[in-house]
Amino acid sequence: MSTTTIEKQADRQLPYFDDRLIFEKSRPGARAWHIPKNDVPSAKAAEYLKGVALRKRPPALPEVGELEVIRHYTNISRLNYAITTTFYPLGSCTMKYNPVMNEVAVMMPGFRELHPMQDDNGIQGALALAKRVQDYLSEVTGLPGTTLHPCSGAQGELTALLVCKAYFEDHGEDRGIVLIPDSAHGTNPASCAIAGLRAVAVKTGPDGLIDVEDFKKKLTPEVACAMITNPNTLGLFESRIHEIAEALHANGSFLYMDGANFNAIVGVTRPGDFGVDMMHINLHKTFTQPHGGGGPGAGPICVCAKLEPYLPSPRIVEEKDGYRFDESNPKSIGRMRGFAMNFGVMVRSYAYMRRLGAEGTRRVAEYAVLNANYIRVKVGAHFTIPFDRICMHEFVATSKKQREFGIHTIDIAKRLIDLGYHPPTVYFPLVVSEAIMIEPTETESKDTIDRFIKSMVQIAREAETNPSLLLEAPVTTPVRRLDEVKAAKEPELRFNCCVWEPSP
Amino acid sequence: MPFIPHTAEDTREMLGAIGVKSIDQLFDSIPEQFRRRGLLNIPPTATETEVMRDLADLASWNRSTDGRPCFLGGGMYKHLVPAAVDHLQSRSDFVTPYTPYQPEVSQGTLRWLYEYQTIVAELTGLEVSNACMWEGPTAFVEGMKMASSITNKKRLLVSRGVHPHAREALKTYMKWQGVEIIEIPLGADGRTDLAALRASLNDQSAAVGVQSPNFLGCIEDGGAICEIAHKAGALAVGSFYAISLGLLASPGEQGFDIACGEGQPLGNYLSYGGPSFAFFATKKEFLRQMPARIVGQTVDRDGKRGFVLTMTTREQHIRREKATSNICTSNTLMALRGVIYLAMLGPNGLREVAEQCVEKAHATAERLFKSKGCSRLTTAPFFNEFCVKFDQPVERVRERISRQDILGGIELRRWYSEYSNSLMFAVTEANSKVECDKLVDAVGGYI
Repeated sequence: MSTTTIEKQADRQLPYFDDRLIFEKSRPGARAWHIPKNDVPSAKAAEYLKGVALRKRPPALPEVGELEVIRHYTNISRLNYAITTTFYPLGSCTMKYNPVMNEVAVMMPGFRELHPMQDDNGIQGALALAKRVQDYLSEVTGLPGTTLHPCSGAQGELTALLVCKAYFEDHGEDRGIVLIPDSAHGTNPASCAIAGLRAVAVKTGPDGLIDVEDFKKKLTPEVACAMITNPNTLGLFESRIHEIAEALHANGSFLYMDGANFNAIVGVTRPGDFGVDMMHINLHKTFTQPHGGGGPGAGPICVCAKLEPYLPSPRIVEEKDGYRFDESNPKSIGRMRGFAMNFGVMVRSYAYMRRLGAEGTRRVAEYAVLNANYIRVKVGAHFTIPFDRICMHEFVATSKKQREFGIHTIDIAKRLIDLGYHPPTVYFPLVVSEAIMIEPTETESKDTIDRFIKSMVQIAREAETNPSLLLEAPVTTPVRRLDEVKAAKEPELRFNCCVWEPSP
Repeated sequence: MPFIPHTAEDTREMLGAIGVKSIDQLFDSIPEQFRRRGLLNIPPTATETEVMRDLADLASWNRSTDGRPCFLGGGMYKHLVPAAVDHLQSRSDFVTPYTPYQPEVSQGTLRWLYEYQTIVAELTGLEVSNACMWEGPTAFVEGMKMASSITNKKRLLVSRGVHPHAREALKTYMKWQGVEIIEIPLGADGRTDLAALRASLNDQSAAVGVQSPNFLGCIEDGGAICEIAHKAGALAVGSFYAISLGLLASPGEQGFDIACGEGQPLGNYLSYGGPSFAFFATKKEFLRQMPARIVGQTVDRDGKRGFVLTMTTREQHIRREKATSNICTSNTLMALRGVIYLAMLGPNGLREVAEQCVEKAHATAERLFKSKGCSRLTTAPFFNEFCVKFDQPVERVRERISRQDILGGIELRRWYSEYSNSLMFAVTEANSKVECDKLVDAVGGYI
């Protein structure tokens, strides 16, 4: 590509977009929607609320017509790259296709109109569905005790740590240490802190796997558990996991597996079989919850029989005449959140699990791993791959080869945007400098992947011949690189509505 | 196979490029004894049609609030939802992207989150909002946790008027933090007992946590509570019913330092309790102790306005064990519903929803309180939820309600042993006169 390309791109007229926020479109007195008039004979609200402090000033919410609302949010939605528009190889996030039927299912009135305070006898279908999800998860993990309670993966992690704590308390032990590999997600140590546990880092060896000798050295009697992501964040399966599990068990400790990367092995192996005692599953990763710009997800946890009595309440139990919630378990750690579960998330994952079935579940892992390895070998000649061997569902490359041209990982990521891709995860895991973490998932076709590879190879060439293309990127987006330092130093976290007053 | 587009030819070519003979070989790093050769014990692959039939069947086993009068509250409420909310939220460019890590291709999400933060700051009357949290009770827990870390004190006072779920979650979270939790009783009128609150506060107290309207539906005297808390050097944390914020004094006006609440009433379906979202706001001075993600405005290289995730040094992926919270993925999509809902209603629409909730609830409550064998359990002012005490076993009342195919009447003794034979009802703008009449007939119309 010649140097004129960048100029051409910079000159390129971007599609017009109205830069204003909804508040900047607001006109006092405008209104999009009305509720029906009150048909219940009653006095005015003010009469009923005598003596109660009311708002002095109404909240300055936007005042706009219906078409303006529709147009505003339709237009801003188009500023996003999404799975439905773009290949999205965001490592560690498992951005697979979200079947559209799941969105139809979750809107069935028999699901979405259920009130969480309803009696168990009115929600038998919901409980049956949730119980089936539980059973499915127990089967794929090889761990008999499953709860759907946690709000997210991070809360699932914390829940499991509290379960572990409760077990030791019940057995008259006080263990305060958790061993965590230095390549772990940041949520692991953050969850430890909330559980009142101290995280001790275990080194990653030169092969990209846990340094088992360092691990054993740190395995003291105070260790409650180890939190291990497997496959790890470098996309490699911890081959000595069973040895680690045995060492932990001999020490009276538990093995916790962070299920963030479960998509790589689901159906091929079961964590319970290789010694895992507890794990969380990010339903929004392996079981195709749409990511929604940052949720909702859910983080069910699955535990071994020994830990089951400590799971949070309420739990679903199946009896002769149906399902019910049980809150009577005296050993339970208690409630972690408000209502029982993110039920809408369960509906979607249930639909997906049913579609896959036994054969499909295994295929998920197989094709996720096939796609990742195919990209790895095809881009391997152009980028540095620190652990260049058969990987699982993702691999980590770096921009080391491009450094001599003044190119960093961020530049490669931004150039990918101009070529129509959402960038991979960058600068994670922290154990690899200038990391580029690529996870294609199983739902991408060879055609898409071939085009992506072509783009990666093109970028490697551009880095050498025309680095400004990378340094200036992105130029095809509504905004270019943003000043994150300014954002943090001079926080502007809300629109100043005071320039106008809402209509009385 | 569902959702996997590879042809046999594709697979062959890809294996060839990798230099392996079979897909199986790609898993050689997993020790042989742990590889599963057979299939898991789960049902076989099914088509979309088959699965949709199965789902429709499961849905039909439920007795949903669809087409039935519903007077259930207790944290989630059935409100009317404009069609625009469903329509816009279901756009796949909102549904399928992830957290806006790459701001240039996430301006859609970042823009509406910035609008969201503005809306939450306006509703709560506080200066700064985060970019949403999981759900009401955990947001309250995070608020209390935050107050403890700001004041560096380990004593939390919680009103018994706070949702029992939130109090339970608080206990679970705090158990290993060495934090003492003291519950403040409710007075005879159903509100937090202010004298008991005063007596329980000391200079080691981090925060006073309340909910308004409280679990029994009573509107707390937030101003008085904040004054008492502040006098003792404690922070005031409040959980609020989002709809009520269109009409009642805002948490900021009352003096609260941290305000949060369940987001479901703002344009979200009940969905059997989740997913929903929670709002969370505080004063500017506590910004750096705030949990969860925050969006800020900045400029791009050309000086053009843009939005980014900011203040990330509070967060787990940077701070790891020193993070303010372990929250990362939240319930963002549900918060989008809240933004669209409020954009559709505007300040006047929200006030009308709030007023109609008050009017319908009070009109219905007055009729119930006057019914034979019924009386008013609490005397404090309420918003749209109230408790009725019966002079006969509550099971019989519930049976009559159920026979009329009405959903509602939460039994209080499950959480409050002192309130026997009492049921709690919530009325919203979604309840029609016919429904309210039916409830009054079912509850009060007996001999």
